[in-house]
Amino acid sequence: MRYSTGLAEARHYASRHVPRWTSVVSGVVSGFSRTTTFALAFAATLAIGTMTLMAQGSAVTYTRILNAAAEPQNWLTYNGTYNSQRYSTLAQVTPANVTKLEPKWVLQNQVFGAWQSNPIVVDGVMYLTERPNDVMAVDAKTGRMFWLYRWTPSPDSRVCCGANNRGVAILGDTLFMGTLDGHLIAIDAKNGKPLWNVTVADVKLAYSITLAPLIIKDKVVVGVGGGEFGIRGFIAAFDPKTGKEAWRFNAVPGPGEKGHESWQGDAWKSGGGSVWVTGSYDPALNLTYWGIGNPGPDWNPFQRPGDNLYTDSVVALDADTGELKWHFQFTPNDGYDYDSVQIPVLADLTWKGTPTKVLMWANRNGYFYVLDRATGKFLLGEPFVKVNWSSGLDANGRPIQTRQPAGMATYPGNQGGTNWYPPSFSPRTGLFYFSAWENYGTIYHPEDATYQPGRNFSGGGFTVATPVPGAPSIGIGRRGPINNWTDEVGNGAVMAMDPHTGKPKWKVTQFDVTDGGMLTTASDLLFTGGREGYFHALDARTGALLWKTNLGGQIVMAPVTFQVDGQQYVSVIAGSAMFTFGLRDN
Amino acid sequence: MSHLRVRLLTLAACAIVALAATRASAQVADHQYTSADIEAGSRLYANQCALCHGPNGDGINGVDLRRGVFRRSVSDDDLARVISTGIAAAGMPSFRFQPVELTAVLAFIRAGFDPSGTAVKVGTPGRGQALFAGKGACASCHRVKGAGPRTAPDLSDIGAIRTPSTLQRSLVNPTSAMLPINKPVRAVTKSGTTIRGRRLNEDTYTVQLIDDQERLVSLIKADLREYEVGKTSPMPPATAVLSSGEIADVLAYLLTLKGGL
Repeated sequence: MRYSTGLAEARHYASRHVPRWTSVVSGVVSGFSRTTTFALAFAATLAIGTMTLMAQGSAVTYTRILNAAAEPQNWLTYNGTYNSQRYSTLAQVTPANVTKLEPKWVLQNQVFGAWQSNPIVVDGVMYLTERPNDVMAVDAKTGRMFWLYRWTPSPDSRVCCGANNRGVAILGDTLFMGTLDGHLIAIDAKNGKPLWNVTVADVKLAYSITLAPLIIKDKVVVGVGGGEFGIRGFIAAFDPKTGKEAWRFNAVPGPGEKGHESWQGDAWKSGGGSVWVTGSYDPALNLTYWGIGNPGPDWNPFQRPGDNLYTDSVVALDADTGELKWHFQFTPNDGYDYDSVQIPVLADLTWKGTPTKVLMWANRNGYFYVLDRATGKFLLGEPFVKVNWSSGLDANGRPIQTRQPAGMATYPGNQGGTNWYPPSFSPRTGLFYFSAWENYGTIYHPEDATYQPGRNFSGGGFTVATPVPGAPSIGIGRRGPINNWTDEVGNGAVMAMDPHTGKPKWKVTQFDVTDGGMLTTASDLLFTGGREGYFHALDARTGALLWKTNLGGQIVMAPVTFQVDGQQYVSVIAGSAMFTFGLRDN
Repeated sequence: MSHLRVRLLTLAACAIVALAATRASAQVADHQYTSADIEAGSRLYANQCALCHGPNGDGINGVDLRRGVFRRSVSDDDLARVISTGIAAAGMPSFRFQPVELTAVLAFIRAGFDPSGTAVKVGTPGRGQALFAGKGACASCHRVKGAGPRTAPDLSDIGAIRTPSTLQRSLVNPTSAMLPINKPVRAVTKSGTTIRGRRLNEDTYTVQLIDDQERLVSLIKADLREYEVGKTSPMPPATAVLSSGEIADVLAYLLTLKGGL
């Protein structure tokens, strides 16, 4: 349903004035119910829609997040819903009218640097972070800012690959942000004031938090980064009222913990296992799924014999206790920095005739996996790009490793066949969409590394394979406006994977590699972008390009969609700006 | 005194900056850095810096360490300060290098990432310049400091952005050293017009080139009937017309081309 501009603006004006008017009648009713009650009456007299105002009075309960799919006008958690499908039932924008998208507002970054944040949207208010640790509350309809909270991380902060923050979580009226210096901060969502601030991990040991926290019931769950600095990673849950730690899962098990036998000597102490991308949650199984990063030192597996659990694994944890229920390791004794920090995407499929709760995963190591998420059982694994570090997977999904001779390129290269960029699964098409890097290899130079607290612990280096010596090569971050490495060093692709076969149903290649995330909608649109700065709307069934626009800056995050006052919006960050699109009025 | 130096001294708003730049240039000119420094720096770079800055030093937007392009730094002291204190807002951490390690990293950056140094024969620049314009006929395609055609890459700063060994390779076997972006392209529009030129940039939907009439052309691939990226360099090997001694002279001349205008 759409409203005329005049009505929508009248209502918007009204919504801004509600709080002030309610203050006049303070004492009649209390708290947010007061706002809600008044808003209802006020809106009713104007005979206009009331959903936004009604909703804005109610806090974001766990039940609302649990049922986030039922309020598609909002984007309540990092991955949209607990199953992390990044699929929206909003369908105002369709393949037929997508060419009528126009920019509605643009938010310019206030600080320097690539922008990987994922906004959440709650009843017309967008909460967005920018580096290093700023939080903004923005009118989702106009892009105007309500408040800005700025946390200045300690100068001791060390992050290998950019001072990123990927977003906040919300519970009740409180936002939660992890910081580059390893803090978890609770912030009042109405006024941007900090409520509590706890230290999750020691910044002097190069721990950081870059992911968006995940709310599960009455807990705030985060993981820590620092996989290039010899940290010992973990996932921990905190009380949202006090910041008190409720449970902790060590991503690198210590003596007496299950999995410790996969390490020798003291290697576990600096074994890495960072956790820098938000996990998923299955409420029926009460399991939360998280991807674990690379072992340390990154490029010298000879220095840490063994499988190095739970690095490069997905772990399924009891959401109440953090107890490990099962794990699946994608890359044992990894020597290539194949972090498994991709988002666990959950779906209920009919697998070979049997209804099955699956978890789908396009891994940095170049294989696409389907697992039974109740048990961790391996169901399928197929390479989606050139892979030569392994000749295949055995019946249990364990790779048969084929290390390349010194000086020879390993495929996929260091940044992987894919990476942290959010994928999407559309239950309508049954396809799993993600960004892949094709024909991209790197040459590893392992060296012995000595652990020194807080210092780089990568164990050598790597060079990107190029067609001629000294040719420009793909970097991990932003690039300038000229693609001088060309597709000869690697190209990007949007892949639409059929999870039943492990083969892409279709793919659309791009000249440059892409770090773009995915968004699908109930109108079978797939929104994504890439380093070239194009923002695409593809037909999710066929990959046909329906619409594109050049936003002039690298798109590294998944778009999100939401609705305010009857208008569907699609927001995406490109370069140093966030662009929010909606259909033209006519 | 070079034009660059004059301009720095006269234009720089801050005299300290100018002095620092002068000192930095002097350091390099005096060969203060040893090959051992450069070698040690290459290892430190691979371990500590390459993850963000990339193997070629161009991983961060606006920074190209190998070519001496920095956002803030001019002098070696500037670089040392940035490395030691970091740039919090840009996400660059501080590095706690020992002084000798810091020297090594600077040496590697200032040496243009060439730990092996010059393994090729370098002749006399003056003779090379004459060969470039005369017998070698390099100037019939290449442009230097505002003179010459633009169809082949401009070489005004080639000595700053290429190592001696890669320059040697370019001279002797141009195709084997041709950077992918520089490849010749041929396009035929739907109306039948053929366009030939050297590629400047490309993405999924478009390609930018300088054509054989020295026009800047941007083409939309969907509008083309044919589009082809050439595999061989249009440049003939220097060995076809020059002796090995003459090639060494041309190489020496190219190494003097440091840009900086």
